[in-house]
Amino acid sequence: MTAPPESGQPLSLQLLADMLRIRRMEEKCAELYGAGKIRGFLHLYIGEEACAAGALRALAPEDNIVATYREHAHALLRGVPLRAIMAEMYGKAAGCCRGRGGSMHLFDAARRFYGGNAIVGGGLPLAVGLALADKLQGIARVTACFFGEGAMAEGAFHEAINLAALWRLPVLFCCENNLYAMGTALARSESQTDLCAKAASYRVAAVEVDGMDVRAVHEATRQATQQVRAGAGPFFLEYATYRFRAHSMFDPDLYRDKAEIEQWKQRGPIHSFTAQLKAAGELTEEAFLALDASAEAEVADAVAYAEAAEMEPIADLLKDVYTSQETS
Amino acid sequence: MKISYREALRQALREALSTDPRVFLMGEDVGRYGGSYAVSKGLLDEFGPERIRDTPLSELGFVGAGVGAALGGMRPIVEVMTVNFSLLALDPIVNTAAALRHMSGGKFSVPLVVRMATGAGRQLAAQHSHSLENWYAHIPGIRVLAPATVADARGMLVQALADPDPVVMFEHAQLYNLEDELPDDWQCDITHAAVRRPGTQLTLISYGGSLPKAMQAASELASEGIDAEVIDLRVLRPLDSDTLTASVCKTHRAVIVDEGWKTCSLAAEIMARLMENCFYELDAPVARVCSEEVPIPYAKHLEDAALPQVAKIIAAVRGMLNV
Repeated sequence: MTAPPESGQPLSLQLLADMLRIRRMEEKCAELYGAGKIRGFLHLYIGEEACAAGALRALAPEDNIVATYREHAHALLRGVPLRAIMAEMYGKAAGCCRGRGGSMHLFDAARRFYGGNAIVGGGLPLAVGLALADKLQGIARVTACFFGEGAMAEGAFHEAINLAALWRLPVLFCCENNLYAMGTALARSESQTDLCAKAASYRVAAVEVDGMDVRAVHEATRQATQQVRAGAGPFFLEYATYRFRAHSMFDPDLYRDKAEIEQWKQRGPIHSFTAQLKAAGELTEEAFLALDASAEAEVADAVAYAEAAEMEPIADLLKDVYTSQETS
Repeated sequence: MKISYREALRQALREALSTDPRVFLMGEDVGRYGGSYAVSKGLLDEFGPERIRDTPLSELGFVGAGVGAALGGMRPIVEVMTVNFSLLALDPIVNTAAALRHMSGGKFSVPLVVRMATGAGRQLAAQHSHSLENWYAHIPGIRVLAPATVADARGMLVQALADPDPVVMFEHAQLYNLEDELPDDWQCDITHAAVRRPGTQLTLISYGGSLPKAMQAASELASEGIDAEVIDLRVLRPLDSDTLTASVCKTHRAVIVDEGWKTCSLAAEIMARLMENCFYELDAPVARVCSEEVPIPYAKHLEDAALPQVAKIIAAVRGMLNV
């Protein structure tokens, strides 16, 4: 299996490599879905790569990560092996959740990756509790919670950010604002479309950043994380981004103009960053192709692994409902 | 010495807080106010605001935070004022706490304890009086407890905190003032039903706030020469079918007393299990005394009429025995 890029590389190349790994993984997922290998709901991240790539590199390995159902990228960059992610999508025993979770429920205890939540806003109170546990135990850890702007219409957002601010908990609220809650545009679902103003009303520091610019995401997240780690209480980051694909594989994508999508694609996070690096002399075409080939090889390896993996035995269906293995 | 059910719960909380630094209590008015049913009175002074943590009116938020804190290595006890308000927190309990272990392929357990009051009888009308234990008992992945005695109030919390999985504990509002001797052996398990009164002619199956009514009915029936066995379910999920089956195989008749509404109730589930497990042992169709199918009303005479009462239980037994 191809190893992830070495940390000895310059940060810019690590960020680019991260985005390429996400993109190649997601493109393959779409293909496998079309081939019937992956079923269920599949929410792709294509177009939003700069958010996960910039943010995850700003967090420490001991931090907690909470994500949504569009979480393949967060899991991957957190270090969940792509083999385990792919096997999970195949519903195999070697999957990171033994085939019980699928695309929307990736978890990894050792990497403090807490999902994988398919209830919009459901991860937000969870993140507050993780941060509370750390505070009560005197652990200087940050809990980063990723969610879409659609979650900000949920009571869970307001209850969670109120608690986090009230108790000055180390929560980094990472809002990936891709402008559409499934098919409903922000302005059609929320009376206040200024998301930072919403967060700020809870007396939480709130910053908007260009979510198509991986370096901007990284720098803003790094600074916010520093503040949270220093005990300043929660911080809200809005990554202004866009998904190039439909909400899920079932979505005919009829609610937005093709022209709008094309316009955002012009600002695609991978090619614009690649162009920047080339112009600055930090990247050659050969180096780019090598990174991309490495990402493709990693994906191909994971697919072969998932194909060959065993199914979870039906005899284990009732396992892990209770820790004590009791059933009723 | 006799102590109240409330005091037994407080002793259990105090012991848990004293012996395990991971334990903390959070909920609406558990601190300064002393608990809406005065269970946590005095604990704020003893343990401080970090561990006796008042929350905003935010059931979804603080129960969800309890799930997160449990995942983060703590042993939170979350108090929700009543089961009626807990509906605002169904999402973190049902979609997250109960599902997480299985959904994550066994990666995460959620050692969370949620306590809440339930039940009617205090003229608090519909939005403070319902018994929705069956909703929780429907969900795989959680354990549902209903202490009905002072000893169980004292003992169950210890076991609930030792359980690596989420536990929801129902405290009937009418039981808080109940007084009884706390036996020396108040330690209990949270897997079995209990035979509260042995008998031979029929089995009364009950739990929580209905148990004292079932016991009183059994006592009055005894004075008429009818010998009823009384079973306290105690654990509403996973249900202890074996104890129920064994009793009914002995008495051949069963009446279930459940403050929930009949439709889709725990009583319905128990009837189904008895039919599955010991149909040919039955000498009569299983009967049940449940709440009338109305939102619980305020006026005392209406509320009384809506709830299972001793007289209704006795009538059901007489009907079954044709006496």
